[in-house]
Amino acid sequence: MEFAELIKTPRVDNVVLHRPFYPAVEGTLCLTGHHLILSSRQDNMEELWLLHSNIDAIDKRFVGSLGTIIIKCKDFRIIQLDIPGMEECLNIASSIEALSTLDSVTLMYPFFYRPMFEVIEDGWHSFLPEQEFELYSSATSEWRLSYVNKEFAVCPSYPPTVIVPKSIDDEALRKVAAFRHGGRFPVLSYYHKKNGMVIMRSGQPLTGTNGRRCKEDEKLINATLRAGKRGYLIDTRSLNVAQQARAKGGGFEQEAHYPQWRRIHKSIERYHVLQESLIKLVDACNEQTHNMDRWLGKLEASNWLTHIKEILTTACLAAQCIDREGASVLIHGTEGTDSTLQVTSLAQIILEPRSRTIRGFEALIEREWLQAGHPFQQRCAQSAYCNSKQKWEAPVFLLFLDCVWQILRQFPCSFEFNEHFLIMLFEHAYASQFGTFLGNNESERCKLKLQQKTMSLWSWVNRPSELSKFTNPLFEANNLVIWPSVAPQSLQLWEGIFLRWSRSSKYLDEAYEEMVNIIEYNKELQAKVNILRRQLAELETDDGLRESP
Amino acid sequence: MRTNVEQVKLLDRFSTNNKSLTGTLYLTATHLLFIDTQQKETWILHHHIASVEKLALTTSGCPLVIQCKNFRIVHFIVPRERDCHDIYNSLLQLSKQGKYEDLYAFSYNPKQNDSERLKGWQVIDLAKEYARMGVPNEKWKLSDANREYKVCETYPRELYVPKSAILPMIMGSSNFRSKGRLPVLSYCRQGTEAAICRCSQPLSGFSARCLEDEKLLKAISTANSGNHYMYVVDTRPKLNAMANRAAGKGYENEDNYSNIRFQFVGIENIHVMRSSLQKLLEVNGNKGLSVNDFYSGLESSGWLRHIKAVLDAAIFLAKAIVVENASVLVHCSDGWDRTSQVCSLGSLLLDSYYRTLKGFMVLIEKDWISFGHKFSERCGHLDGDPKEVSPVFTQFLECVWHLTEQFPQAFEFNEAFLLQIHEHVHSCQFGNFLGNCQKEREELKLKEKTYSLWPFLLDDKQKYLNPLYNSKSESLTVLEPNTVSFNFKFWRNMYHQFDRTLHPRQSVLNIIMNMNEQNKQLEEDIKDLESKITQCKNGILTKDLLHPHPESPALKTSLCLKEQSLLPVNDTLRAIEGSNPADNRYCDFPEEFSKSEPAVVSLEYGVARMTC
Repeated sequence: MEFAELIKTPRVDNVVLHRPFYPAVEGTLCLTGHHLILSSRQDNMEELWLLHSNIDAIDKRFVGSLGTIIIKCKDFRIIQLDIPGMEECLNIASSIEALSTLDSVTLMYPFFYRPMFEVIEDGWHSFLPEQEFELYSSATSEWRLSYVNKEFAVCPSYPPTVIVPKSIDDEALRKVAAFRHGGRFPVLSYYHKKNGMVIMRSGQPLTGTNGRRCKEDEKLINATLRAGKRGYLIDTRSLNVAQQARAKGGGFEQEAHYPQWRRIHKSIERYHVLQESLIKLVDACNEQTHNMDRWLGKLEASNWLTHIKEILTTACLAAQCIDREGASVLIHGTEGTDSTLQVTSLAQIILEPRSRTIRGFEALIEREWLQAGHPFQQRCAQSAYCNSKQKWEAPVFLLFLDCVWQILRQFPCSFEFNEHFLIMLFEHAYASQFGTFLGNNESERCKLKLQQKTMSLWSWVNRPSELSKFTNPLFEANNLVIWPSVAPQSLQLWEGIFLRWSRSSKYLDEAYEEMVNIIEYNKELQAKVNILRRQLAELETDDGLRESP
Repeated sequence: MRTNVEQVKLLDRFSTNNKSLTGTLYLTATHLLFIDTQQKETWILHHHIASVEKLALTTSGCPLVIQCKNFRIVHFIVPRERDCHDIYNSLLQLSKQGKYEDLYAFSYNPKQNDSERLKGWQVIDLAKEYARMGVPNEKWKLSDANREYKVCETYPRELYVPKSAILPMIMGSSNFRSKGRLPVLSYCRQGTEAAICRCSQPLSGFSARCLEDEKLLKAISTANSGNHYMYVVDTRPKLNAMANRAAGKGYENEDNYSNIRFQFVGIENIHVMRSSLQKLLEVNGNKGLSVNDFYSGLESSGWLRHIKAVLDAAIFLAKAIVVENASVLVHCSDGWDRTSQVCSLGSLLLDSYYRTLKGFMVLIEKDWISFGHKFSERCGHLDGDPKEVSPVFTQFLECVWHLTEQFPQAFEFNEAFLLQIHEHVHSCQFGNFLGNCQKEREELKLKEKTYSLWPFLLDDKQKYLNPLYNSKSESLTVLEPNTVSFNFKFWRNMYHQFDRTLHPRQSVLNIIMNMNEQNKQLEEDIKDLESKITQCKNGILTKDLLHPHPESPALKTSLCLKEQSLLPVNDTLRAIEGSNPADNRYCDFPEEFSKSEPAVVSLEYGVARMTC
């Protein structure tokens, strides 16, 4: 298919662009296969480059022959184009609609993007499971790498390489996979070096209504327990939901078959409930005229912060089992690809200092989200403005990022990255020139040959010039476990995401700049003092030498 | 009276696993003191106690809940009921004083002599402040009509009125205004003639008029040649103002006054504000509060709605003055609550001086203390009518806090300054906020018998400076805050200032403050080192600097600096409380925010719930 077929009118003059914080500007609108471009020809500052894949929804309306297209982006921005001429406007609108909803992944921009920067390190090879395993292998010999999923035959949503208990062979893993939802047998998610306790994750057990059991499954998870120790099973669904799942062949671990495990049910919402929540929240944040009661009412009704609190609470619980109770944990919900990953990854943020560094956080996203098979392409297909309401769309990853932001706010010095880093990840998960977030799992990515055909986000981010934008100037390595407060008074609306386009952050940005200046100045002074000190010491020794006989 | 009880438990009000500290409770003349087994001290000033409640006896003892005016809530369990009863009775007596002379300020002794004390009282001079505004001038004069408090008892002696306002006009207008509070100058903007004036409601009833009052308003209007009309802002909701007419009070009839534009801005009265705060505190005190309950509580309390209303009114003032160059006359009913809020906030938006440490003190002295905001009644300093208590001044501080959040570089002071002022408005430790008007303060001889708060705050300046303050920014001369509802947040550091588990464990403000301090020290060190090096090079070194000690003293200081990088700004904190370690909240700050404190877990659903 040629993009040209979709572009009925590639170019319209005298289009007026309205967008947040800038005065309206008139210019020429151009459509390309992947971008919507507006250039004013006055100066280059006024140009709009918008990826079609960033467009969530469009509205059009007409007053006489003047058409208006309102473009609602996946990053929640809303821009407006006034286009003279009804035909041009209709053509542009239908082209945008077609181009922003391309069926085939291989037509997406990452497959066409040619980077204008020098690749220092290929991000596709930055985070290999083998490297991760090496980090553990110095501390423990109880685990091994398994290649049982090499051809993605055992579990289509797992990567080819997983970490499992050493005592369990691949044959047993195949049997366990048959007993777990989507073939997602329990694998190692996190090893707590301090006490050897682990977090594992999986899909729900397929017990069904007649209470099926699987000896290998029981053996596998028991293999992770030390003698005489108990573990915790954290089911991210309420007991009620978990019980209902049995009717569809799913279920949860029966006490009788897992006597060494104590099961705890939490209830983290899924799918459309989360999507609805996001839609309501963004709607509330976009309205400038709400009075206080209406704003607070809408904020409450969106339930967004309730979801944040649920997720954080469950993550704290998991972390507490590990660090305080000295007990290992197995976490799952239904598929084990959404709430499960929110919990396992946030627990690591709390427990593991490395995951609070830039590199470590990237590794965490690579391991716990991309390789662990969070279906990014489905979940991030649409954002807050779409009306299609597909069952599989949900802001699961955004909720995770929001939770990280909440912890970052409570421990502003313990993270190597800043808020911009999180915002950048949100943007790229929904629309990007990079291939990283394409596909729903490693198997799909492999088939798409993303490594050969697209650029990794990490190749771009991990260059010094980019990293400097995402580095937290206040960072000081903190090797402790960090326990966030989950009280409603301690949780806040993430303004950097949700009010980003509703109000100017000029004064806040300037204050941030000033803070950076103070820190930079401090470093400068420290360095200068050190140099002078050395100089003085040298002079003194010289003098001393001269004077001593 | 019992003075100490042992084996008392102090509960953490937000922990679900009923964590508690055991220790001894002491009663002193001024404070309630709890010392736990780790020797950590919790001081509670008797005057800060808003209510004491004895709950039903439990198996572990008798619970005693103390709520403080600085929003600290402590929950003790006293093993024996008799002891609890004794403490309860003692606290009831100690926390409610019948007369001013029994308040802490009259016994508080920071070891200063009379002249130091007097100098302290002279730190703020309102005559100088009016001079700073350029008053008196050809339009405004100082009137001596109230020199003996004969025109208005609740006003200051010095009143600034339009030059053309003759005595009969002043007397006449005063008689036509509630409590005699006639229109006078509050703020005059330099470079223009637009002014903020204040008064109380007119006694207009349904039809009464007063020619002198009309003339005085006309005089205020004509004192501003920049615009031919002026605004009269009634800060009350229209309905309240209309209801007042039946009682012979009311609001200005536009037809009777030439060239006024009359405007209601709808701020609720002290009773609504009091119950609003009560609701807010009730909701937030709940253990295991859900997000939805928190927000629906926040909404139904109406607290942020009221805050927004006050700020919106102040913006109206600032706009009238800046955009239209029109003067504004502000009143409410008596002109000492809402009027004080709106006039002071309006001035704060207009004039960057009021956003400095000293300027903010001046603003409080001018629009709150001197114009007779009834601090003692509103804060319940003495055992009095609970219906007179209202968080009007707290709202003012909160509005300022919201501004500091929107304009982080526009204020010379930081949040700790606002919190400290709030602390002392209720502490009765200093004389500034005692009494309800200047006349009463003079009768109490506060300047001879008590100390002023301001010099103590200025001495501790370092703690209250905003490290990000930019005094030169031109875009920050007149503040134009955005009052879209989503800009208003719950002020956790005020209403939960003692609930340490709810706060961030690392404070960016403290770190940057310390770094700023450290930078100054480093600059000194560099100068020092450079001069040493020059000396060295010039060969005029003294022997003992060389041998046998290779390190110079300067060298040592700079070496130490690394460890000091988080040097506590808090060392000198106690100075303000004199010899008393006191209940100063800031004692908690270093621990609260230090990063190495993972021990305090605020999980509401932690291990305790694992059984579900």
